[in-house]
Amino acid sequence: MSNSQRTVLVCQGTGCVSAGAEQIYSSLEAEIARSGLKQSVQLKHTGCHGFCQQGPLVVVEPDGIFYARVQTGDALEIAQSLLGTGDVVTRLSYRDPVTGEPIPYYRDIPFYGKQQRTILKNCGKINPESIDDYLAVDGYRALRKALFELAPEKVVEEVKRSGLRGLGGAGFPTGRKWETCRQAAGEPKYVVCNADEGDPGAFQDRSTLEADPHSVLEGMIIAGYAIGARQGYVYVRAEYPLAVQRLQTAIVQAREKGYLGSDIMGSGFGFDVEIFQGAGAFVCGEETALIASIEGKRGMPSFRPPFPAVSGLWGKPTLLNNTKTYASIRWIIGQGADWFAGRGTQKSKGTAVFSLTGKVSNCGLIEVPMGTILREIIYEIGGGIPAGKAFKAVQTGGPSGGCLPASMLDTPVDFDSLAAVGSIMGSGGMVVLDEDTCMVDVARYFLDFTQRESCGECSLCRIGTLQMLEILKAITAGEGKPEDIDLLIELGEAIKKGSLCGLGRTAPNPVLTTIRYFRDEYEAHIHDKKCPARVCKELISYRISPDKCKACLICGRECPVGAIRGEKKQVHVIDQDKCIRCGVCMSVCPERFAAVECIPGRLTNGGEQ
Amino acid sequence: MTEHLSGILSGYRGARGELIPILQKVQERFGYLAEDVMDEVAAFTGVAKSNVFGVASFYNQFRFDPPGRNQITVCRGTACHVQNAPAIIDELRRQLRIEVGGTTPDREYSLETVACIGCCALAPCLKVNEDVHGRLTPEKARKLFSHPETEKGGQDVQ
Repeated sequence: MSNSQRTVLVCQGTGCVSAGAEQIYSSLEAEIARSGLKQSVQLKHTGCHGFCQQGPLVVVEPDGIFYARVQTGDALEIAQSLLGTGDVVTRLSYRDPVTGEPIPYYRDIPFYGKQQRTILKNCGKINPESIDDYLAVDGYRALRKALFELAPEKVVEEVKRSGLRGLGGAGFPTGRKWETCRQAAGEPKYVVCNADEGDPGAFQDRSTLEADPHSVLEGMIIAGYAIGARQGYVYVRAEYPLAVQRLQTAIVQAREKGYLGSDIMGSGFGFDVEIFQGAGAFVCGEETALIASIEGKRGMPSFRPPFPAVSGLWGKPTLLNNTKTYASIRWIIGQGADWFAGRGTQKSKGTAVFSLTGKVSNCGLIEVPMGTILREIIYEIGGGIPAGKAFKAVQTGGPSGGCLPASMLDTPVDFDSLAAVGSIMGSGGMVVLDEDTCMVDVARYFLDFTQRESCGECSLCRIGTLQMLEILKAITAGEGKPEDIDLLIELGEAIKKGSLCGLGRTAPNPVLTTIRYFRDEYEAHIHDKKCPARVCKELISYRISPDKCKACLICGRECPVGAIRGEKKQVHVIDQDKCIRCGVCMSVCPERFAAVECIPGRLTNGGEQ
Repeated sequence: MTEHLSGILSGYRGARGELIPILQKVQERFGYLAEDVMDEVAAFTGVAKSNVFGVASFYNQFRFDPPGRNQITVCRGTACHVQNAPAIIDELRRQLRIEVGGTTPDREYSLETVACIGCCALAPCLKVNEDVHGRLTPEKARKLFSHPETEKGGQDVQ
């Protein structure tokens, strides 16, 4: 490897930081200095590179060398590899899960190779805290083009022509929203970025803000120019301190360089952005609730119309788009609407960003063209299900979305196809579930979440979700009644019809889709009093196999309730009356014995079910 | 306390739209929202006391009791849930002898859950103050807090 102009990138996304990336950066800094490489090697920290499963990540550019699961102790070896004769440290390379062969360059890793990155193009490649890094990748060039070459109407026209649809989940045509807001009467107008990413299991908006905050700002400034607004707000969760901090830094830098302020790049157009930190209410992802929150009120949705584009923040025309929608704008203006519309499907243009998580080998942040089929995402990019388990379902759209079974794996990922099978695109959470996941429990989990987050305004949402939750709790506790399934469907349909905002209108989706595709699991809970996936505690049992137990006493010692009887040389037995089914015995039983098993249904002390 | 409060309020004009940012600043400084402090915020912003409490109690971020010295936040995001987060929560409830939302009698630990920490690749995970502990099992979680009365500070437990 030659050592001319190398850049060592240390991912500082939330996942990698949690796994120790900051210490790795310091160690690399020290080792690079000690090896006398300070002049020829540039060390940078970046936002999320995407392959969170393999973090902490270190990447060496321009070669594209990829190091996975790096520890502080590896810094010396990495630094030495950057010397004249150094080789790639294959010990730290990602390994092909089938052949075990190291894959030194990230472009050869299927996780990256199968993606098409636009919104995330510079995530993990630039330092998010340096505006110069952003400028070096043509940052703010689209803004310049808009301000000096395009009339505001023309900008709106381009966004319309691109076919971009809102990436917050609802998929409303972005250009039409811009046009409505531009034509709406009332001054001043506002541009608001919705980064209130409240879905559990989703981190795509956060990663975009953490990795490439200027791309979001650039989109917002262009939007301000197009609709005639001078003030923007980014509504970002307070639970995302790193995103808030990097965005704040980006705003300060953009002001210093004249990309924000009263006279942007000498064009005479003025625009500024402020951060508003959301205080943790899922319903504030809904646009009218978000606006109420900025106004200092309880985040309760209001009836539409009027839509915010006509009457929003402080009663003025307000353009509200998702983080990724704004991040797409620079590409539409910079590369042209035709270029953008050239990707995706007939009705869903461009790309989709997902947080791919759950029971999948390659967790991480991914971007694919709209229309990519689920199977390709889960098996080729995601690397399939770990530990030889069987795929059961994929959940998209978080608490508002649905669970799709294996028979739906050939569904293309776009707004309309997902809606047709009962799920939604959502903001970008994609959680893979395997044979060990109980679908009734998953439905209960999501409803527990939405029921708590319901603001209480609409009776059907407030009381209906609670009733559904009570029924689901009863089913998972073994107290389900045969009529419960139909009652859940009836309640779910009523809540969808009788709620003002997206929260209520979509809250029943996880329940309705799991009933639609996994009805047999509900029936097993209700009729057979068994949890087939062995998750619901009231419907499972643990037992010790007499043939395998080596009477080592470990499980008895670790059992928190003293439910295991046994002595040395005497096979241990679980007292089913005392057992709380916490599973500690199974996890402490030495792997070579594996004597504890978990079975569906309840055992009694006689051993009979 | 009053001195610090006036210091915080002096940075604002008292407009209605500043209510949530003010409450956030106040909580950041004092750790929670005490009743008398909310009364002063109400007077400053001209918003009725009941409305200040109404807003504060609407959002998950605000708390009305002083937190423990170390805050344990268990992620209950979807990825964590399907990888056994409920067992982690149960283990900590048993270990610390408190419920979710509670604080140990010695005020050493508060136990809370959060919708998602956002490091799903490390599921299931929890935070002790700002330190994330990932890929947990009930035993690993138990070992983090095996001696709650002697263990001090988030750093020690890593």
